[in-house]
Amino acid sequence: MSKPTDHDIDMSVSRMLLVGVTLAAGVVLTGGLLYVRHPWVMIPDYTHFSTGGATRTTIAGVMDGLVHMNPKSIIEFGLLLLIATPVARVVFCVIGFARQKDKLYVLISSVVLVILLYSLTKGLR
Amino acid sequence: MSIVVFSSLLFLTSITAGFLGALTGLGGGVVIVPVLALLFKVDIRYAIGASLISVIATSSGAAVAYVREGLSNIRIGMFLEVATTLGALLGAYLMSRISSHWIVIIFGIMLLYSALSSYRKRSEHASNSIESPLAKKLELSGTYPGVHGSEAYVAQRVPLGFGIMFVAGTLSGLLGIGSGAVKVLAMDQAMKLPFKVSTTTSNFMIGVTAAASAGIYFAHGYIDPGIAMPVMLGVLGGSLIGTKILVKTSTTNLKSFFAFVLLVLGCEMIYSGITGRI
Repeated sequence: MSKPTDHDIDMSVSRMLLVGVTLAAGVVLTGGLLYVRHPWVMIPDYTHFSTGGATRTTIAGVMDGLVHMNPKSIIEFGLLLLIATPVARVVFCVIGFARQKDKLYVLISSVVLVILLYSLTKGLR
Repeated sequence: MSIVVFSSLLFLTSITAGFLGALTGLGGGVVIVPVLALLFKVDIRYAIGASLISVIATSSGAAVAYVREGLSNIRIGMFLEVATTLGALLGAYLMSRISSHWIVIIFGIMLLYSALSSYRKRSEHASNSIESPLAKKLELSGTYPGVHGSEAYVAQRVPLGFGIMFVAGTLSGLLGIGSGAVKVLAMDQAMKLPFKVSTTTSNFMIGVTAAASAGIYFAHGYIDPGIAMPVMLGVLGGSLIGTKILVKTSTTNLKSFFAFVLLVLGCEMIYSGITGRI
């Protein structure tokens, strides 16, 4: 396997970003169309933020809602795909730097990956 | 308001915001939050949650085009992302701690700063005058296609740039914006990178930075699917159209106009925060 140049890493990242964003937008759009299928339902009260269990998003909750074709869960699944896209970008960079045998940048990009995973696992449990 | 009216109005507003944000280079998030808060009377935390989502979408969407031009520097980007993601964690944590009034006031100040910094002249030329040992060790250098062929650049004042990036990340996590204006300050002014390189690299970093706050936003329920859906689709669509048109038109007048809009919104936000209306 030959060493990839920075430009090769850039190109594989670019293709991945394109797929990720398109997929996420498609899922969010699907959920959105289902969400407005009863057009005259009133919106919830958005004027005051309410903290609490019902509004929390968890992976388990989203998956459960997906099975029941819950429009909000489909939107949330699309949003999770969207957030996964930059995370995947960092994973691609770790792999690219590893193939270049650039130890310093394998370390630096791994640190960024750990910070991202920390935030997501802390938040979405 | 019924959900179909609300979603449609939000979608149209977001298309406009994304379009103007891409044309002027000031970003869509910075205008969508005050519009949601002041016009739609949406709680500032929901507005910021939706904006953060739109920021991730536009950053990843625009990066596709930028990467093909081969101007971004993945090493400089990745190194500085250590600072911005750590800052983003701090910012998202602070957001859950401080009152809405303060968030609104800080947001207003950030709007004023973004508006004013858009008037600053940016240097086209790279600086490679001082050989910084730290930049050399971290491989923070590169070449870019300049007017007279390929030009080399080396990052200057690396610790200062890293520090400003931490602040940019904190503001991004606290306000749900890309904080492009502060990133530009770090890369153009402190690290003396050529602006084509700093613009594309900064755009790349915005998505990763925002993703670092997103987990914490979800945990607190700031991201409501009913608001995030039309905002994400609208801003993404608008910015893609804007990026396509950008190549063909001169945007000087539009930029001045948009900066003026940001100034007005900034003053309104600060006033609303101080008087407690938001």
